[in-house]
Parts: sequence; C-alpha cells; structure tokens
Amino acid sequence: MSSMSIASSMSTESRTTSMRWMRDPTPETSPLKRARLAPPPSLAGLTVGLFDIGKTRTKEFLDRVEMRLREREIRTIRVGKPTNAKVATPENLQNIAATADVVLIALSD
Amino acid sequence: MSGATTLAVFAKRDCPTCELVVPVMRALAARDPAFKVYSQDDPGFPDQLDGVVDDRELGAAFRHKIEIVPTLIRFDNGVEVARTEGWDTTEWRRVTGIADLGAGMPALRPGCGSKSVEPGLAEYLQVRFGDPGIQARKVAFGPYDDEVEVCFERGWSDGLPLVPPTDVRVLRMLAGTTRQSGEVLGLIPPNLAPCTVEKAAINAVMAGCKPEYLPVVLAAIEAALEPVFTLHGLLATTYFSSPIIIVNGPVAKRIGMNAGLNALGQGNRANATIGRALQLIVRNVGGGRPGEMDRATLGGPGKYTFCFAEDESDPGWQPLSVARGFAPGVSTVTLFQGEGVQGFVDQKSRAPEQLARSLAMGLNAIGHPKIALSQRAILVLSPEHYAIFAQAGWDRQRIEQAIDAATVRPGAELIAGAHGVGEGMPAAMAGQSVPKFHPDGLLIVRAGGPAGLFSAILPGWIAGRHHLELQPVTKEIKS
Repeated sequence: MSSMSIASSMSTESRTTSMRWMRDPTPETSPLKRARLAPPPSLAGLTVGLFDIGKTRTKEFLDRVEMRLREREIRTIRVGKPTNAKVATPENLQNIAATADVVLIALSD
Repeated sequence: MSGATTLAVFAKRDCPTCELVVPVMRALAARDPAFKVYSQDDPGFPDQLDGVVDDRELGAAFRHKIEIVPTLIRFDNGVEVARTEGWDTTEWRRVTGIADLGAGMPALRPGCGSKSVEPGLAEYLQVRFGDPGIQARKVAFGPYDDEVEVCFERGWSDGLPLVPPTDVRVLRMLAGTTRQSGEVLGLIPPNLAPCTVEKAAINAVMAGCKPEYLPVVLAAIEAALEPVFTLHGLLATTYFSSPIIIVNGPVAKRIGMNAGLNALGQGNRANATIGRALQLIVRNVGGGRPGEMDRATLGGPGKYTFCFAEDESDPGWQPLSVARGFAPGVSTVTLFQGEGVQGFVDQKSRAPEQLARSLAMGLNAIGHPKIALSQRAILVLSPEHYAIFAQAGWDRQRIEQAIDAATVRPGAELIAGAHGVGEGMPAAMAGQSVPKFHPDGLLIVRAGGPAGLFSAILPGWIAGRHHLELQPVTKEIKS
C-alpha cells in the first residue's frame, strides 16, 4: 500500500466512523454554535412568507395565521413544498428569498 | 531471557532485508511466545508466524519512532533498552543476547525505509497517534457534510472556495516556519484580535498556500500591522484600496513567484494565495468584513488578493527593497495601500525623456486628473518600457526624478472649477506649480512579460494626503 493510499484509507475511516473537524481560523471570541438571526423588531412593511412543509392540515393552520396577519395589515405570501418527505429544493428556497422578508414555517398534524 | 524482557521486530514484506531475516524471526518466535513482529504492509508476513501484529496503520511504528525496517528492539519491563536497524549479525546478537543467532547469514545487510517515514505520512501519524499540539479550537461537522460548504456557512470565505483547515494541513503549514505556533504577531483590526502564528497558518491553509509561503505571509502580516500602514483605516475606507504585496529577494524564485508574464494576473499559486491569506486573516482574525467594517463603495478585485514579485533579473536595476533601505539579497515584502490596475499604453515614445513625460500623464490621471498631492502610486515598468530607460543609462533615481518633474502642472489648471469641473485643488494653489506626488509618493517596480509597450499604474489610497501618517511598509522575510 502506498503512502497515499494509507492516507486515503485513514481519511475514509475518519469520515465514516469518527467525528470530523477543522480548526477555527477566528480569534474564538464568539461561541462555536452560531446564533440564530434576531427576528425583526416589527413586521410592519415586511412580507411574511407562510411556508407549508407539506404535512396534513398545515394549510388549515396557515390559513388561520394568514387571516390574523392580514387583520394587522401585514402582507403575506404562501410558499411551500409538495411533501414533508423531501427537503426544500433550491427553487423553493430561492423563491422564498426573492419574495419574502420573513418566513414562518408551520407544522400541523 | 527473563519474563520481563521481550523482543520485537518492525518489518515489512516489501523489504529484501526483512525477507532475509525471516528465519531469524522464526527462531526468536520459537524461543519466546511473547516475541512480536510488527508488520507494516502485510499482516500475513512473515507467513505462519505467531506474534505478528498488524501495523498497517503504523501506530506502533509511530510510537517507537521507527525509521528503518527491520528494526529490532529489546524491552525490559516494557521499556526500550536496546535497538538495532537493518541486519547486522553482531548487533542482533548483542540486542537479543543470543550468541549464535543468524549463524550462516551474511554479516551485514542495510534495511529499507519504514513506511512510517514515507513522504506525506508524518503529519497523518502525528494527528492520528500523537498530539498535534494545535491550540485552535475544533469546529466539528457531520460525517456527510461537505467541508468546503461548512467553510462557507461559517462565514470564513472571501466568496471563493477555501481549503478546509484540517489538523494535517495546519501541521504541514506550521512546518513552513521555525517560529513558535503560539507567538503573537500582533492585533488585527478592526477587532484588535491577537493573531498567532498558528491562526496565520490556519488562514494560509484556507487561502491555498504551500508551507514554504508561510514566512512571506507572516512578514506581510507584520508589515500590515505597523501603525504607519494604517490597516484599520485601509479596511474601513469607502475607497478602492487594500494591501498590495510586493516580494523582493531570493525567496521569490525559491517559492516560484511570478514577476514575468501576467505578473499582476491570475495563475501563479504563490502570488495568488499569499495575497489571499493576508485578506483572509483580516477577515477571519480581525473580523473585517465587507458591509460591516469594510465600507468600500465599490471595492475592487485586488481585495481578493494582490501580490507579485519584482523582476530582479537586470543587475543594473536597483530593486524596490534596496531603494527602501534593505541590503541586496535580503528577501522582503513591501505592503502598499493601493488598487489596480490602471493600464498605461505608450507604443511611440522611444526617448527616455518622452517616455517619462508620457508616464507622468498617465500618473496624473490617477484618482482624478485635477487632484494632486493626495495619493501615492506604484508604477510597474514593463521590460519594453524599462529598456528605453536602461539603454539610455537611466537608473531608478533618474527615472523617478524625470517622471516627478514631468507631473508638475500649473495650479490654475488644477483648482476647483478649472476646465468647468468642480473637482480640484484649493483656489489658493492657482499660482503654484503642483507636482502629482509628495517626494516619497512614487514607487517604481519592474515586472511583466517580454512583449508589450505597456506599463501598469497601481494608484494609492486617496487618504494619502496625510502622507506622513500613511506610508508603505517594507519588512524582511525571516524563516
């Protein structure tokens, strides 16, 4: 076995059985776990995307949320993916990014 | 042999000397059930011998610092007390204490290299079986995550893919310098975070540097951190500028930098990655990111990377580093606050006086043609333009003086409002003769390919009106 194949077998092993890591290039002044983006202070003037993840009865729940938002004169759009069994496609995500300022992902069973 | 004494041989099948000593190993195994052979390439070697330990992952070889196979070691109570490498009858008899061992064998046969010392393996083994000694915290990711994507998601990238800074890569990078990995190079703005040699190495890995580039990167960081370089302001400015790195001296050839064709362009790993490493250090260690502390209105491609070497092939030319006070033959980096590239064409001037006046016209245009005494500039003289000066016997000083003199214009043409243009110099300068640069404002460097009556102007930061508080910095590159 050549040195390269040993190196590559080590890499394969660590990929499948061990934790993988890199070294932090920053001064480590912030936590490793990244903070969530802060919610906007107000929804006034923003468009809220209501994202249907494709689970049964999510639509009914989002209909009610949309009604409440519209009572407060907040713009909404409806977005979603056809089934909860699959992750959102790039088209899904790009559509949301292009049309909504804030997204509400809802689950209702 | 006492119960506390054991013998072990490190061997591989792909070694004629190891094959030669198989009968000896069998004899040792027959005498002592505790005898072990650590086999590096085939756990079936030697065939049908009890006590073979599969050491294909080379952990035992690493721990025992094996360099040659076969290596015979005697342990007393688990502690090594004697070893010999290769086959040497006298030595094997001494280590084993068996007076007639290997009777009939040749007296001496050199061994082969241990697999554990094959090129490229040292760092793998250090990480796998030893302590890599890296202080930076680990950023873990999942077994099926794409590590390049993880780098993007962490916000470490300048927009282009990064080389993931794994332990092995960081160790290899650190081997490029003799400096201690914990040494603090300084505080990187804007967050004034300490940058150790190790943090620099991690970012150099991500930039794509080879280990031999690291001393250049370290010198560039030190130059950038000189107060007179004003890195914080350079980062925060709305103007186009960022650090430009010019490398002088033997290191440039040693690490394969480009001073010739397309020297200011793409395609040379050292040029590209050294400049990128400095930018990544400002981004990741200093926290300087566009849209945050970096307020550039438009920015420029030089903010990814801008680094090149000077062409020092003409012994009649005084290199930039020498002009800036360093001895010939000393490798340096010069950091300049600039942008690029403003192309300059003159395919008709054949006399040095003509070309100097022509270059002055190009230099007068930087920033704004009516603004003077507010910027420095680098003039990158191409070989064909330089030849016009060199054939006339003009040296650096004469070229600089002629260009400087040719930039002088009547203040009346430069004041605000002149030529129907609002921009310009204060009205009080109307009666003066105004050069484009302060006396230290023009730096000339030679680079470029053999054909083309073109040179390049790299305009400096417009904040150069405070020219004494803001200067280029040259530092020696050490190991």
